[in-house]
Amino acid sequence: MSSEVKDGLKDERTVEDSRPSREGGDRAQYGMCAFLALLGTAVIVDALGIERVTNGTDPVGPRAVPLLLGALLLLLAVLYAVDVARGGRGEPEAGEDVDLSQGSDWRTVLLLIAVFVANALLIERLGWVISGGLLFWGTAFALGNRHYIRNLLISATLSLTTFYAFAIGLGVNLPAGVLQGIL
Amino acid sequence: MDNLNNLMQGFADVMDPMNLLLALIGVVIGTAVGVLPGIGPAMTVALLLPITYGMEPVQAFIMFAGIFYGGMYGGSTTSILLNTPGESSSVVTAIEGNRMAKAGRAAQALATAAIGSFVAGTIGTLLLVLLMPFVVDFAVSLGAPDYFALMLLAFIAVTSVLGSSRIRGLISLLLGLTIGVVGIDQSGQQRLTLGIPQLADGIDVVVVAVGIFAVGEALWVAAHLRRRPAEVIPVGRPWMGKKDWQRSWKPWLRGTAYGFPFGALPAGGAEIPTFMSYITEKRLSKHPEEFGKGAIEGVAGPEAANNASAAGTLVPMLALGLPTNATAAVMLAAFQSYGIQPGPLLLDREASLVWVLIASLFIGNLLLLLLNLPLAPAWAKLLQIPRPYLYAGILFFATMGAYAVNAQPLDLFILLSLGLLGFAMRRFGLPVLPLIVGVILGPRAELQGRRSLQLSGGELSGLLGGPVSYTVYTAIVLVLVWPLIRRFVVRPLRARSAA
Repeated sequence: MSSEVKDGLKDERTVEDSRPSREGGDRAQYGMCAFLALLGTAVIVDALGIERVTNGTDPVGPRAVPLLLGALLLLLAVLYAVDVARGGRGEPEAGEDVDLSQGSDWRTVLLLIAVFVANALLIERLGWVISGGLLFWGTAFALGNRHYIRNLLISATLSLTTFYAFAIGLGVNLPAGVLQGIL
Repeated sequence: MDNLNNLMQGFADVMDPMNLLLALIGVVIGTAVGVLPGIGPAMTVALLLPITYGMEPVQAFIMFAGIFYGGMYGGSTTSILLNTPGESSSVVTAIEGNRMAKAGRAAQALATAAIGSFVAGTIGTLLLVLLMPFVVDFAVSLGAPDYFALMLLAFIAVTSVLGSSRIRGLISLLLGLTIGVVGIDQSGQQRLTLGIPQLADGIDVVVVAVGIFAVGEALWVAAHLRRRPAEVIPVGRPWMGKKDWQRSWKPWLRGTAYGFPFGALPAGGAEIPTFMSYITEKRLSKHPEEFGKGAIEGVAGPEAANNASAAGTLVPMLALGLPTNATAAVMLAAFQSYGIQPGPLLLDREASLVWVLIASLFIGNLLLLLLNLPLAPAWAKLLQIPRPYLYAGILFFATMGAYAVNAQPLDLFILLSLGLLGFAMRRFGLPVLPLIVGVILGPRAELQGRRSLQLSGGELSGLLGGPVSYTVYTAIVLVLVWPLIRRFVVRPLRARSAA
């Protein structure tokens, strides 16, 4: 019975899900395998660099767990690759705003990352009000909204409100930056 | 009766105009954020956590209880009106709920969900009050090996019971465990810190949760943004006719009976009880032909099961420090950020705080009902928010929250990296929950494991403590071999009985 319900759901979710690249298996998954293998190696190398401190009160020491995790990561990378080679693939996550019938829109993603990094670099110097406002404005722009002036007003309102409500009202850590003394 | 007295004291502590206002604010913003498409309860709690950073723990918990229930209810509103469950636990609610909404019965679907959540939440919280002391008594008797075994069980359960692919679940778990290793370990050695001093304290769980949930989701949606937003079904004020009440009350109680025990088990979750409730209601209904076209029982039962299971999750979360779903995992992180360590000693050390939290859960649940019946049409409007603003807002608050944890820009770069990891996990269909559970429980499992081996002088037999750990290891073996049993025993039997 329960498989009936589950199947029903799956059908609904995968209706629009028919990218042509799917036919030859999902090769991009090998990238994830490579990432796991690299991570596993890095964890083992890091663990080997840890001083060996084992004594009566701590017979295990700090190296055992990372070594075990690194080995397991390598093992899983192999098992995952075998699964992919046999045609296994994970269902990309669906959602109300997600349209999987088109390929990935890398331009939007890169723009978002750029906006995000800009905020991380500027937040201490310019302060949350300016950098946070830029973050909101930039994200809305990257996602295709072209109401520049209206968005500027929304961004300013949002960052000013959050600054006063959270930083000044509730004592949350947010930098004032160049506007120190003005706000 | 001691508990009830304690609970009354908890109510007395909460009943203060300022605190009630905080509970109300918590419920309102919890629902408002939870209603937003793409934001499930766990993400709601993670995003709103920073709001409480400047508060005293008592006030923070009061607000938190409101956010918790508000986020849960907001999620079911979205799944009914948009057919898009924010979390796997509301998948079942979406099946019948959305059909009801399409058939013009959105008001009744929302009403039975709201009242059912209230009934289940109230009964569930009462059971929590009655059960907590027993579980704590049991938990106090547990030693390090038993805890280690329980945590292993939680790891195995989140990777095997849920989700379709064990390999993918395990990958997610291992990524989480690896993130958990970052920092200075108990013997004072730096691990995976890359020589960066800020990483010595490890990566904050809130940053991990916000990165994986919120930033990952925003990036994932950005890559696949639907140019035309989904149709939202307009809704009036929720109400139910006499017949709806007659058809709803039994499913509410049955759903509660399924949900709570599953939530309270260390290997539980809401997926199994919501499915079981759905199937039961379909079988027992006098209108089985309506199932698939919008049967009210199919909303009432699973929604109650979902909420009761959420209340049940608080039992292992508070008494053992073991989270079994994403929301509980984030709540555990919140406790830790106030310097409070859930576990058997919590009820001794922070008794008043625990009872305040439980009293707040009752109040939050009641406020939710009073508030959401009249406000449902307003929440439905939130679903139409332009998507660029929605995701800009998510990134804005995610950044603010992650920065506020330690006030260091480095956290924002970590947040972005985790967001990219969350993006990749969504792309490759890797489940997210095992990662979060791994980050939170990994370091504690290592602590308990090392403690066990310390007692035995390094002999691996030290990991086998007493009867409790034997039982737990048996359960682990059962969970692991269950697919084999199903393949070689259950299916042939069924085939034989069918033939």
